[in-house]
Amino acid sequence: MPIDILMPALSPTMEEGTLSKWLKEEGDSVAAGDVIAEIETDKATMEVEAVEEGRIAKHVVAAGTENVKVNAVIAILAEEGEDLEKAAQKGGSGDSAPQPEEAKSQAPASDKGEEDTGKDEKAKTPAAPVIAETAEDPDIPDGTEMVPTTVREALRDAMAEEMRANDDVFVMGEEVAEYQGAYKVTQGLLDEFGARRVVDTPITEHGFAGVGVGAAMAGLRPIVEFMTFNFAMQAIDQIINSAAKTLYMSGGQMGAPIVFRGPNGAAARVAAQHSQCYAAWYGQIPGLKVVMPYTAADAKGLLKAAIRDPNPVIFLENEILYGQTFDVPKLDDFVLPIGKARIHKSGSDATLVSFGIGMTYATKAAEALAGEGIDVELIDLRTIRPMDLPTVIESVRKTGRLVTVEEGYPQSSVGTEIATRVMQQAFDYLDAPVITIAGKDVPMPYAANLEKLALPSVDEVVEAVKTVCYKV
Amino acid sequence: MAPRKTSASSTRKPATRKQASGSKAGPKSGSKSGLEGGITEFSKEQELDAYREMLLIRRFEEKAGQLYGMGFIGGFCHLYIGQEAVVVGMQMALKEGDEVITGYRDHGHMLATGMEARGVMAELTGRRNGYSRGKGGSMHMFSKEKHFYGGHGIVGAQVSLGTGLAFANRYRGNDNVCLTYFGDGAANQGQVYESFNMAALWKLPVVYIIENNRYAMGTSTARASAQSNFSLRGNSFGIPGYQVDGMDVRAVHAAGQEAVAHCRSGEGPIILEMMTYRYRGHSMSDPAKYRSKDEVQKMRSEHDPIEQVKARILDQKFASEDELKQTDKKVREIVADSADFAQSDREPDASELYTDILL
Repeated sequence: MPIDILMPALSPTMEEGTLSKWLKEEGDSVAAGDVIAEIETDKATMEVEAVEEGRIAKHVVAAGTENVKVNAVIAILAEEGEDLEKAAQKGGSGDSAPQPEEAKSQAPASDKGEEDTGKDEKAKTPAAPVIAETAEDPDIPDGTEMVPTTVREALRDAMAEEMRANDDVFVMGEEVAEYQGAYKVTQGLLDEFGARRVVDTPITEHGFAGVGVGAAMAGLRPIVEFMTFNFAMQAIDQIINSAAKTLYMSGGQMGAPIVFRGPNGAAARVAAQHSQCYAAWYGQIPGLKVVMPYTAADAKGLLKAAIRDPNPVIFLENEILYGQTFDVPKLDDFVLPIGKARIHKSGSDATLVSFGIGMTYATKAAEALAGEGIDVELIDLRTIRPMDLPTVIESVRKTGRLVTVEEGYPQSSVGTEIATRVMQQAFDYLDAPVITIAGKDVPMPYAANLEKLALPSVDEVVEAVKTVCYKV
Repeated sequence: MAPRKTSASSTRKPATRKQASGSKAGPKSGSKSGLEGGITEFSKEQELDAYREMLLIRRFEEKAGQLYGMGFIGGFCHLYIGQEAVVVGMQMALKEGDEVITGYRDHGHMLATGMEARGVMAELTGRRNGYSRGKGGSMHMFSKEKHFYGGHGIVGAQVSLGTGLAFANRYRGNDNVCLTYFGDGAANQGQVYESFNMAALWKLPVVYIIENNRYAMGTSTARASAQSNFSLRGNSFGIPGYQVDGMDVRAVHAAGQEAVAHCRSGEGPIILEMMTYRYRGHSMSDPAKYRSKDEVQKMRSEHDPIEQVKARILDQKFASEDELKQTDKKVREIVADSADFAQSDREPDASELYTDILL
């Protein structure tokens, strides 16, 4: 059978090209790999190599022809022992090589005549699956002892409990072992679990993030501590391109069960490079879960859930919150659901949504507003991704008013995301435009007065709630 | 192309096969160990296996190039033609359980680990029975079963990941070794050295295989690398490094066996710089004008890895021309079958858009 040689596409965007030169004449023998022609693409002059062996029976397209469409027959190759003239006549029918339909502009569809080709399915984008209702927080039995615990201790306890339960869980990061943690979150872990499972790394964020992801791909359950998430920008390629995308790119064969954790956002007087909130950044990435707790109980229950989660989880802590004390239930295994907001205080006049350190402004504002007769419903989002919109929307349906609070930058913030989705899903319930309170649109300044101005304030939040309640 | 008997000479004469100065001593064997360029002759079976495996990669890649030209394969497509001896020789040095990870020029690695030609080709065409169900493409393919961990599109990222795979081996106390492949271009990425440091510090069982094909896309090693002897790149960390004739599958195999043994015995990482060459452009849209045709032709005619094996097989009468033709035919059948499959298999179901994002 004679073989059609087709005009090749030689770049991701090429649709046609110029056949500039034949390098093998009619009658010439060619072997696989021989250069037979030169083609000008939209990018460069390329050589066309033969894939099959044989002799050139005919040049269908003459040298110098412009605008030759991709997949047009340009020559006919006779197989070994075939008559050249007969081959030249027989060829060119185009049926010896399967033709992709609308090559390049659309992915080729099946040419086997199956009824239900993928191409038809492409016609419309399927609806995104609705996230099933996440489990509620576990009931805490009556009489459970509540132990005042700092966020720092709660995080350490969560790691220790999970490490006791599963040998595949280990912690790595800078100063996590012998120094006992730059912020003492890993205090005591080295003594209990040893250097095999509490691993001091060199200062090498990009590298150890990648090592952690590789270990997770192999099935271990690394907890990678960043001394702060500001330093994780060095590692963000591994977090996003390797950890978040591998499950999808492998068709579900392998993912990365890993937790990246550490303090996020502004501490105090550490200026621009050490004071940035990454909630919105990571919140954008499919394939990640993003958790940002406020209380010690949430920190513990959610970190335990994050360590058990088979997906990569970004766990955003806050240096200022580490020392704050909250009640934590004394239970053998206190695990909270990722993806579920918590109603911190119920109310009827306005909905206030915050998370992480933002809750410190929100709780104080709610108290102040209560004194002025405004009953706020305060929601602690706890998880940024997947986001518990149903809880927010249910509240907005009740109150008709919404204010969000966070420390991160204002553009494309978590608050603007909430506002957009509430506008789309609960427009008719809104009695006032949503106000999003965020950090100011500036790098964090060092001077104490400027730093204070750059962050949200309780007064701003109070003012915003009054504004949406038309009580200014 | 007429088979020409080639010597076992290296692709670059001056720097080859010398143990990197300043590095720790490698595995102790005779004065001409595999790491020092010593070649152990292959048995008949080894020669025939190597011939078949390399030919499969060559023909597969030629077919992939053809399907790209026909519009069946989209996006970026980086062919491995010319470098076949590297993965085939290294794979022959592995045992079940050892991991392999590489960058985006990965088709050869996948075939060498035993992944099915059909599944790889169907992934290239973006079909539902591709290894990643059509969602990864040429640069992102994986096989848990074959311990192949990708397939990574970000230059150098696989080096940290491979170091992590080796970390997991050490953590679990097994004796598996991770082969971490990267190119001379990736060798200039910062995370490579971050990984070298940790691998040496923690004595991780990882063989870093630098496939030096002389060009990082269009930039020659001389124009991009202050130290273009890549086997020396581990010196600061005390990682031994060796240059290996990457066009001679026997040299690759001999060096690979010793390198893998080095890792398995707990000695920590080791670097093998494979002196190799890619015949095609960087990707399908690269005309490769940055090098002369003579340079390419010289490599093809004097150092071709497949022709070298073929010449030895005929010379030693391990097989006749006719028998090799039968092998060629079988390989072509596998490739043609994979191409047919990859063209007729259906595209992924639209519902696949939303699967495999989270577990």
